[in-house]
Amino acid sequence: MSIAHYALRRIALMIFVLFGVTLITFGVTHVVPVDPVLALVGDHAPESLVQQVRKEFGLDKPLPVQYVVYIDNVLHGNLGISIADQQPVSSDLAQYLPATIELATAAIVVAIVVGLPAGILSALYRNRWPDQIVRILSLGGVSLPVFFTALVFLAIFYVKLGWLPGPGQLGTYTPAPPRITGMVVVDSLFSGDWAALVDGLRHLFLPAVVLGWSSAAIIARMTRGSLLEVLGADSVRTARAKGLHERRVVMRHAVRNALIPTVTVMGLAYGGLLQGAVLTETIFSWPGIGRYATISAINVDVPAVMGVTLVAALIYSVVNLIVDLVYAYLDPRIRFS
Amino acid sequence: MGLRSGLPPIAEMESEPALERRVAKSLWRGLRKNPLGIIGLATVIFFILVALLAPQLAPYNPTLVHLSDRLLPPSRAHPFGTDGVGLDVFSRVIWGARIDLTSAVLVVVVAGSVGTAVGMSAGWFGGWWDEVLMRVTDVFLAFPGLILAMAISAVLKPDLNNALLAISVTWWPTYARLGRGATLTLRSLEFVEAARSEGATTSTIMRRHLLPNAIAPLLIQATLDLGSVILVAAGLSFIGFGAQPPTPEWGVMVSDGQTYLMTQWWIATFPAMAIFLLVIAFNLVGDTLRDLLDPRLRR
Repeated sequence: MSIAHYALRRIALMIFVLFGVTLITFGVTHVVPVDPVLALVGDHAPESLVQQVRKEFGLDKPLPVQYVVYIDNVLHGNLGISIADQQPVSSDLAQYLPATIELATAAIVVAIVVGLPAGILSALYRNRWPDQIVRILSLGGVSLPVFFTALVFLAIFYVKLGWLPGPGQLGTYTPAPPRITGMVVVDSLFSGDWAALVDGLRHLFLPAVVLGWSSAAIIARMTRGSLLEVLGADSVRTARAKGLHERRVVMRHAVRNALIPTVTVMGLAYGGLLQGAVLTETIFSWPGIGRYATISAINVDVPAVMGVTLVAALIYSVVNLIVDLVYAYLDPRIRFS
Repeated sequence: MGLRSGLPPIAEMESEPALERRVAKSLWRGLRKNPLGIIGLATVIFFILVALLAPQLAPYNPTLVHLSDRLLPPSRAHPFGTDGVGLDVFSRVIWGARIDLTSAVLVVVVAGSVGTAVGMSAGWFGGWWDEVLMRVTDVFLAFPGLILAMAISAVLKPDLNNALLAISVTWWPTYARLGRGATLTLRSLEFVEAARSEGATTSTIMRRHLLPNAIAPLLIQATLDLGSVILVAAGLSFIGFGAQPPTPEWGVMVSDGQTYLMTQWWIATFPAMAIFLLVIAFNLVGDTLRDLLDPRLRR
């Protein structure tokens, strides 16, 4: 199978899956015990108004027709009106998504910068003390409740030591840079606003570390495992037999091959960070879609929550698609199985 | 040399109970060489005992408010101190073991059996049935689990049962994939063919031959998942979509204690440590099981 053929097949599959996702979000929206019309116009609105709004939203039509209308709307980027703030859900999401992407990207950068070297170190010193330390730290990363680490880090580095700023994207006295991408760090870089850049990075640091820790743990474990496997492989033995320097053997031959499965894990971790962001964003008052989802769920703002769900599923599927394609490119065996 | 040269002739193969005893024995031997696995297992057993004996162990009623005993630091009378309304944190952590452990077991049993059944039937029957089931699985895998769980729980009314239902809905696909994979590998093996040619029914083959042989990866996954489910359930409760106060659930307790973290650290820290210890224990046991049961890692 050629790579283009494989890509087409994967894309077709993804579209099918996304249709399935809309079926479920539609289902959840329409079995809600909360009447969206009453929620919008209020309990005491006159019957005529209720009927009028019901008609306006097409809620008087049979379910299959409503689904077709829903799909048509979704395809045109219309995710409904948020009950809480009366704004289109799509414009709310456009408002909050950049902050989440900024946080998730920073977290995955932390995870890779820490996890990859840790994993390599762990494999090279298998069962000796560097390996044990990495093992303990990664066990902690996947076992500590992220909502508690977030609280403790804030208590130590913000309240107690005062080394880092508290919740939010920027300090109260730092004017926000002009909105270009919606990501504070990127925008301040574009507009050359150094004060905002420094303040934005300082605000980004703690939530990124809290969120990235568990991904760093997963990346470290994966790298260790696949590197150990590769170090025992024939190509590495040959390289050693040729008398190559051990460091060159590890870096050129082993790490490159060991990275292939790690790439997959990184992609999956990035997708996972989007939902891990729910707790982290809520605690750090980070104005992203995770916090938006939490607030919307508290208000039983169903269109808003389903909008977040749909967008998160879309991002996750696209990231997965990219990971699969990269994997297929790196390891041709995948395409044939 | 024949293909079967490494194996004993069929007539000499062990009977099932003898084989089981041997596997159990070798597992035990492997476990003894793995101190971290032992520590993990001991911790899990400890928490199970605490959960079972909660009424006997807890010195105070976990939900009876004593406003005069507010915010007391750890002492002989209150080993983990008291919280903002005078509840004994020690008693609540003990009762929490019961709630959090039961939650995790429920989700893993429900999601595990539904997922495994879906996956095994997909792998066994193949064809369009396999295609349909696995595409449905893909759809559920694409969902952001925590967000969907939050939405379901919010729509149905936030409480612990709805949260557990919501988590189960997002959790079964992993088991479907594992169950299908294992079934596909086993389906073509000789002993399954043999059972089929002897006229065994599908359900007999699945129960007697496929499930016992596919159990290792499922068991490893389930053990690791017990830890992850505790984290997710506590996280949902922490933001208000799971157990509701004053339920003695660990996530609720951390949430209760967050405003006091700088002054009365014990309120949030003890339940958080309980979560941490139990999750780390499940991870240690899961890792050890994987080392022992996964033949690729057995060196």
